[in-house]
Amino acid sequence: MQIKSPEFKDNARIALQDVNLQKALGNLKAGFPVKRANAVERMPEFEDLRDEARDLKNHILENLDVYLEQFESKVVENGGHVHWARTSDDACKTILDICKQVGAKTVTKGKSMVSEEVNLNEYLEKNGVQPVETDLGEYILQLREDHPSHIIAPAIHLNLEDVSEAFHKHHNRPKSDDPAVLMQEAREMLRKQFVAADVGITGANFCVAETGSTIIVTNEGNGDLTQTLPKTHIVITSIEKVVPTLEDMSLFLRLLARSATGQEFTVYNTLSTGPRREGDQDGPENFHVVLVDNGRSEMVGTELQDMLRCIRCSACMNHCPVYGAVGGHSYGWVYPGPMGSVLTPQMIGIENAGLLPNASTFCGKCESVCPVRIPLPKLMRHWRENEFEKHLSPKAVRWGISGWGFFAKRPALYRWVSRSSAWFMNKLAGKKGRISRLPLAGGWTDWRDMPAPEGQTFMDQWKQGKR
Amino acid sequence: MPNAEHTPRVGLFVTCLADMFRPTVAFATVRLLEQAGCTVEVPEKQTCCGQPAFNSGDRNTTRDIAKMTIEAFDGYEYVVGPSGSCIGMLHYYADLFDDNDPWKKRAEDLKARSFEITSFLVDVIGFDQIKAAFDGTITYHDSCSGLRQLGIKQQPRKLLGKVDNLELAEMEEAETCCGFGGTFCVKYPDISNRMVANKTENTSASGADTLVGGDLGCLLNMAGKLKREGKSIEARHVVEILAGMLDQPAIGEADAKRYELAKQV
Repeated sequence: MQIKSPEFKDNARIALQDVNLQKALGNLKAGFPVKRANAVERMPEFEDLRDEARDLKNHILENLDVYLEQFESKVVENGGHVHWARTSDDACKTILDICKQVGAKTVTKGKSMVSEEVNLNEYLEKNGVQPVETDLGEYILQLREDHPSHIIAPAIHLNLEDVSEAFHKHHNRPKSDDPAVLMQEAREMLRKQFVAADVGITGANFCVAETGSTIIVTNEGNGDLTQTLPKTHIVITSIEKVVPTLEDMSLFLRLLARSATGQEFTVYNTLSTGPRREGDQDGPENFHVVLVDNGRSEMVGTELQDMLRCIRCSACMNHCPVYGAVGGHSYGWVYPGPMGSVLTPQMIGIENAGLLPNASTFCGKCESVCPVRIPLPKLMRHWRENEFEKHLSPKAVRWGISGWGFFAKRPALYRWVSRSSAWFMNKLAGKKGRISRLPLAGGWTDWRDMPAPEGQTFMDQWKQGKR
Repeated sequence: MPNAEHTPRVGLFVTCLADMFRPTVAFATVRLLEQAGCTVEVPEKQTCCGQPAFNSGDRNTTRDIAKMTIEAFDGYEYVVGPSGSCIGMLHYYADLFDDNDPWKKRAEDLKARSFEITSFLVDVIGFDQIKAAFDGTITYHDSCSGLRQLGIKQQPRKLLGKVDNLELAEMEEAETCCGFGGTFCVKYPDISNRMVANKTENTSASGADTLVGGDLGCLLNMAGKLKREGKSIEARHVVEILAGMLDQPAIGEADAKRYELAKQV
């Protein structure tokens, strides 16, 4: 996926003017947060579970090597294969090799953000293997040559009209704007693909170390068909998804569904434990797990380690007023919203993604809903510090802060600046009480008035004995 | 809890915006603290809490300002200010220093002593003898740092409930950020504008005639937007109402005609 994070500001400006997108974002805002709130209200122990999940994740991350090796040996014991991919490229090559070994022409795919992260579809296509997305949202996006704008609702930026248009263009059917008809159309198209596919690729929400199982959590059931019908099932996932036991997994499942969609439980929770055994009625003959690192291991032991607790529920973006205003595509890469603003700089470099961790008011809403209590504002600030230390922040910001800092460290000078500014702005406002255009403050006065200062500063009045 | 024998000595953290834009807010804070039985002093050595540097990633400048502020407020029993955001910043100072740095202990000590005004009155000294009246319907914006970092939600409402004649009409999404965010509002002006426009829409829909909050940054942002949109809704800091200091025109207003009849009881 082409990196467009450096153009965040332009992307955002365009998004704010996009009437259709704004309509779609309005639906998001009215949907997920309300459903989450209701689900949380129905579960008095929710806050305790968040603490438990945070602590458990911390334990896992401190023993990541142990659990990953346990997971690997269990997968092998079950007759499967584990492949370690340090980079996106490694992951893509590994998967292509498996496809070639089994002579695959087409692969069906369940929704996987890690596969977006490593840009798998493009790689497979270039090398003669046709990927077919089977999650409804992803399928629509593939038809439109589009990318997900949200990690669990990939096509959230689209409206019914867009879907109707895309289906009409690609399915050779009369145009319909009835969701039920469109759904049936997608079913018919995909059914053939499920049966024809040589390989099925899914992600994994969790990898269970004690059993060597992977689990996918979906609401459509497409993942089940993807992973059971083809002869080969490849799971692409990332190293921080490992959990010690099935019991631990269930803790995360309880939090995940409620935080994501406000469901008590997701509709399909499907475990894969190795290839088909003798006597099994279905399942793939070959089972592969590709564990992607892609910068994650570098986060272990640093301030960013907390980010690896993320279970990809999307609550942070669902509740983020910035995401809600500009949508996921504005962020210019795979992971949008607050979690993306922390992860993206790690994966594509702070020099490309510096605008993302800055695009936050630090309102703290994301942290307040995160099921594993990731201190997202703190981690975004970490990137701002990194940017500042590397002299990557815009000159205007650096000079502005240094200049301001010079005065802020000198109370007498600071008083003088406050006094002069208060006087100047008060005069500029005259009797109106506000200023509609202020030199050097266009960012403010283009959109709102600047309320005028009262006149004299508090410190001056206090010194004069006013009470 | 103040009593006949004990008068808490409070250092007022004025905050830059109250100092420069709206001294009334600082005077109102002093009045409330005195009504609550405290003696108030204003240390000379204070400037800004350092948040602009902190949130721009400039740790060194932040640390310098933190040390200056810690020194300025040494020895006060309490440090109180009319802003959840700036007091919240004082609470972050401890994170700026390594565990073995002696400044860390001093920063933690400052954190334990510093409070936003409404939470100080309600949670710390249990004061609710508000003597004020307000003829109007207000709606309350919960500023982010106060709400989520310091847990300020019921405290201002509890105190406002003691104000004669005042009606409270809660708005939708009172807890959603107004889009100010310090430098955010000038770094990402069009996103900030969308957020503040949502806020003024919710404010209007509440039917209130006055928008009240506990942070001047947010209030300047929201008042500026209300005025640009030509709305008649006024904006005031919560302490102005609690202290009955309504002579000053509301934020960004030309005059205070609406309040001619309102006066301290």
